[in-house]
Amino acid sequence: MGTLLPFLIFAALVLGMGISMLVGNRILALRKPSTEKLIPYECGIDPSGDTKIPFRVKFYLIALIFLIFDVEIVFLYPWAVVFEELSWFGFVEIFIFVVLLLVAFVYALLEGGLKWE
Amino acid sequence: MDLSLLPAFVIMLIIYLVLLLLALLHVAYLTYVERKIIARMQQRLGPNRVGPRGLLQPIADVLKLLHKEDIIPSAVDRPVFLIAPLIALVCGASGLAFIPLWDKFVLSNLNVGLLFILALSSLSAYGVILSGWASNSRYAFLGALRASAQVISYEIAMSLALLSVVLMAGSFNLQEIVRAQAESPFKAFVFPQIIAFFIFMVSAIAETNRVPFDLPEAETELVAGYFVEYSGIRFALFYLAEYFGMVIMSGLAATCFLGGYLGPFEIPGLPFFWFLLKLYLLLFFYIWVRATLPRYRYDQLMGLGWKILIPLSLANLFLTALFKLWL
Repeated sequence: MGTLLPFLIFAALVLGMGISMLVGNRILALRKPSTEKLIPYECGIDPSGDTKIPFRVKFYLIALIFLIFDVEIVFLYPWAVVFEELSWFGFVEIFIFVVLLLVAFVYALLEGGLKWE
Repeated sequence: MDLSLLPAFVIMLIIYLVLLLLALLHVAYLTYVERKIIARMQQRLGPNRVGPRGLLQPIADVLKLLHKEDIIPSAVDRPVFLIAPLIALVCGASGLAFIPLWDKFVLSNLNVGLLFILALSSLSAYGVILSGWASNSRYAFLGALRASAQVISYEIAMSLALLSVVLMAGSFNLQEIVRAQAESPFKAFVFPQIIAFFIFMVSAIAETNRVPFDLPEAETELVAGYFVEYSGIRFALFYLAEYFGMVIMSGLAATCFLGGYLGPFEIPGLPFFWFLLKLYLLLFFYIWVRATLPRYRYDQLMGLGWKILIPLSLANLFLTALFKLWL
């Protein structure tokens, strides 16, 4: 906790800075809302239809593949720190682990999981 | 709380505040230097009206933004819309606390400091996604989608590149990483880890949504991307977060690859000299890249991240491990 406290204080100061800027804006700026001003911006043309539009399913795929890799990296972090003690044993183990994940990654690639055309 | 600790606490608070203001000054003048350098590279003059050589331009910009109307469109999801810029700013700027500026000066000497900075940089994606979602505008929504996909893709390559450094240093503590570099034969990890350095710089540009990877805010197609509905000082908060991100990424690169505050010789009276020199060089690199390269296409961006940088960084990680075992 002792070394985390300075970070928390710093983060609170950053937050305070942001809020004080917002307050300054609130005091200094004039506010004149009108219906025209408050519609969503679409380059001056009246917005048409709903904004919650369907988007490409590829974004989900990217997120799923990312999850796999993120978990892999979570395992690699402690490995990197204690690598000296583990030496060859750790190297071979993590190598097998990564190769297994790479097989899945190559499969996703071959299935066109990362094609954007 | 013990009252005798109060003076020490106040002094600490003042030091933090001064550091934050100095960082803010750096960020403000980074925008000025960027405009000036890009103007020179494009045979223009850049800002030169406010103050001598335009030196007061950032201050004028801040004052102008403070006076601008804070428009909150009627269709937005109000609480999320209002809080998103603050999330972006806090996650973008508070990582500064972990970067060692000098041998004896680092705000938070945490033994997982590097991990914390990475966590904060992924959290700052929340500010982007929430602002894009809450804005209820098509441009903002598309920009936020692109930004989130891009940030998570390049985060993997970046973490793997930094992991090679951790492997060499055997610690997540940024001070320890700098000390490990002092003991290494080249005095900096950039020579044995040139591939990791390259991967880190490319991913850092992508993480901070800068040219040539600025697709989330590609102004020719998405106007401004996720913060298109923001105005006045809320817009400035996003801007600040982006530039703080640049400073922190450069500071991290200087610390992990270029030897941090270490220099060929000590300069008495100027303890931060070498760190700042490296920081400015890296920031100049960012601006230089922006002035040089055109924007990538989205499929090229994803292809580069997934098919080149991630396999390359994994290969580099295992090469590093092998070298460590043999030597």
